[in-house]
Amino acid sequence: MVTLADPDRATRRLAQVPAPRTLKDTRGYRAFRVVNVTILLLVVAVVLYPFVNIIAQSFSSEGAITSGQVNLVPRGFNIETYRVVMSDSMFWLNYRNTVVYTVVATAIAMVLTTSFAYAISKKHLKGRPVLIGIAVFTMFFNGGLIPNYVLINELGMTNTMWAIVLPNAISVFNLLVMKAFFENLPEELEEAASIDGLTTYGIFFRIVLPLSKAVIATMVLFYAVTFWNSWFTAFLYLDRAELYPVTVYLRNMIAGATTATSMGSSADDAAQVAANIQAVTMVLTLLPIVSLYPFIQKYFVSGVMLGSVKG
Amino acid sequence: MAAVLGDDRMSGTSSAGSTPGTTGSASGGASSLAAVALQEQTPVLRPSTTTWRQALRRDWRLYSLVVLPLAFFLVFRYLPMLGNVIAFRRFRPGGSIFGDEWVGLRYVELFINDPLFWNVFRNTLVLGTLTLLIAFPMPIVLALLLNELRSRKFKRFVQTVSYLPHFMSIVIVAGMVLQLTSTQGTINQLVQLVGGDSIPFMQQAEWFRTVYITSEVWQTVGWGTILYLAALTQVDENLYEAARIDGANRWKQTWHVTLPGIRPTMITLLILNIGTFMAVGFEKILLLYNPLLYPTADVISTYLYRVGILSSNFSYAAAIGLFEAIIGLTLILSANAISRRAAGTSLW
Repeated sequence: MVTLADPDRATRRLAQVPAPRTLKDTRGYRAFRVVNVTILLLVVAVVLYPFVNIIAQSFSSEGAITSGQVNLVPRGFNIETYRVVMSDSMFWLNYRNTVVYTVVATAIAMVLTTSFAYAISKKHLKGRPVLIGIAVFTMFFNGGLIPNYVLINELGMTNTMWAIVLPNAISVFNLLVMKAFFENLPEELEEAASIDGLTTYGIFFRIVLPLSKAVIATMVLFYAVTFWNSWFTAFLYLDRAELYPVTVYLRNMIAGATTATSMGSSADDAAQVAANIQAVTMVLTLLPIVSLYPFIQKYFVSGVMLGSVKG
Repeated sequence: MAAVLGDDRMSGTSSAGSTPGTTGSASGGASSLAAVALQEQTPVLRPSTTTWRQALRRDWRLYSLVVLPLAFFLVFRYLPMLGNVIAFRRFRPGGSIFGDEWVGLRYVELFINDPLFWNVFRNTLVLGTLTLLIAFPMPIVLALLLNELRSRKFKRFVQTVSYLPHFMSIVIVAGMVLQLTSTQGTINQLVQLVGGDSIPFMQQAEWFRTVYITSEVWQTVGWGTILYLAALTQVDENLYEAARIDGANRWKQTWHVTLPGIRPTMITLLILNIGTFMAVGFEKILLLYNPLLYPTADVISTYLYRVGILSSNFSYAAAIGLFEAIIGLTLILSANAISRRAAGTSLW
């Protein structure tokens, strides 16, 4: 059971290749395997292409992009746009906002999710089915956009960080993953701790949490990536540019609301520099995630499987 | 203090399952997280012998952990549900969040008689159905193909690459879609290469569904394989052995052993997908569409966003939102009921 805490184990299990089902493959099956590898290579190419294309565009001249010459490699090599975007103070301000929102929101989310998950993982707790029901029902029915908007306004959270970090603090999916994890911890440990005189708080902080480092790391990543990527709550509840996260900065640029004028170019070529500047901003926005991705990917996979592999 | 410690000891023993109030151990063997988690919400109820007073005294520390999360659910989830009454009440910005006076079904009648509403309703159904028919089965196909690979390294490589789009912000995905489909973008370069004329994809409503579904597949196909691949490793090898002895070839083994083996996972995920049917890609559409594309791209959620937030018709938009949410809930409840009766698999 505790082996679930090891994301490597879970990933290895996922990667297991079934033993060959026949001693000698038929001709048809050998042909299929060639086709199969070809299809999968094609899938890889199609998935990667948009990334390569964006990177190539970000290093190209605008002229080369508008005349349709940029695909896999940069044409009319140009790093001036990187300089322009990176010297835009609003871009960095919004980038910093993203970092702050992500850190605060993830911290709040973890405190709420962990404590609730631990309580509802205790089968003897009276009222437990009701508590679980309250959480799960919100997966299938929610108040909807308008009542939420009215509520956030009424609470005075518009144009504050709280509108971003509070309304989505608990993901029920993550909650259920943590609950399943806590349920799988050996009960004997907690019993022993309670006989040694630890209270529920002591057990929770000194026994359970240290044993749950792997699942906590996974959940932190789940939340952090979600908050890092989110844009709509910020778009909905923030009107002041200096509060925007970088996703809203990018969205406004794509929608044409941020003119290139603010970035040191004249209004005349605003439309023209668009594609190149967009590409640069996209690359700068996706860079942190893409560079962390190889290291965090396995935690995500194990997180999704934490509940499913049990038993 | 001593008494409190004693109480905690009691709670320790009872979690071992020795007091009558506890339920048995978790049901195992379910093949997906959601199924496992949801099946447990209705444990076999045994007559409880503890009263609330006893439970509170024994477990007050556990209950104290619940207070803040519960407040979160009540304020940010259940209060907005109640806030839907403004669908039946006149709402004045700055007034009560529950509206000022009853107006009955006025707003419901308003949207039922609104031809624009029925257009976005139809678009929602079309995009939802296309997503279920095309984007939902793709991860199953990809998982089956991956499962046939012999090289572990290559398999892991394909998985790693195909998960990548899942981690991208929808804003970046939309930006990529817009660049690829622009008149000088890669797709139009290919069109011109085979002798066609460049197509302004994002200005022609008839192309939106194709663009939407293609990008949906691009973003979800890899990540969607995870649970299927996990289920595939659980299929009993002896079944393949038996099928082979019966003379089944590789294809027949896949059809008669592999697919039935991952069927519970397929059904669970299908039900969950049906649950989000009405909410089709709100954020992505909001980022991609423009007035030229409204005839096919405008869906209920984007329409009510414009009507409610941009035009401040809160009650009207809330009525539409409530209608959407009720259909969504009905869909998932019926999908679950049908699946339980017909396939013996259900979420709860």
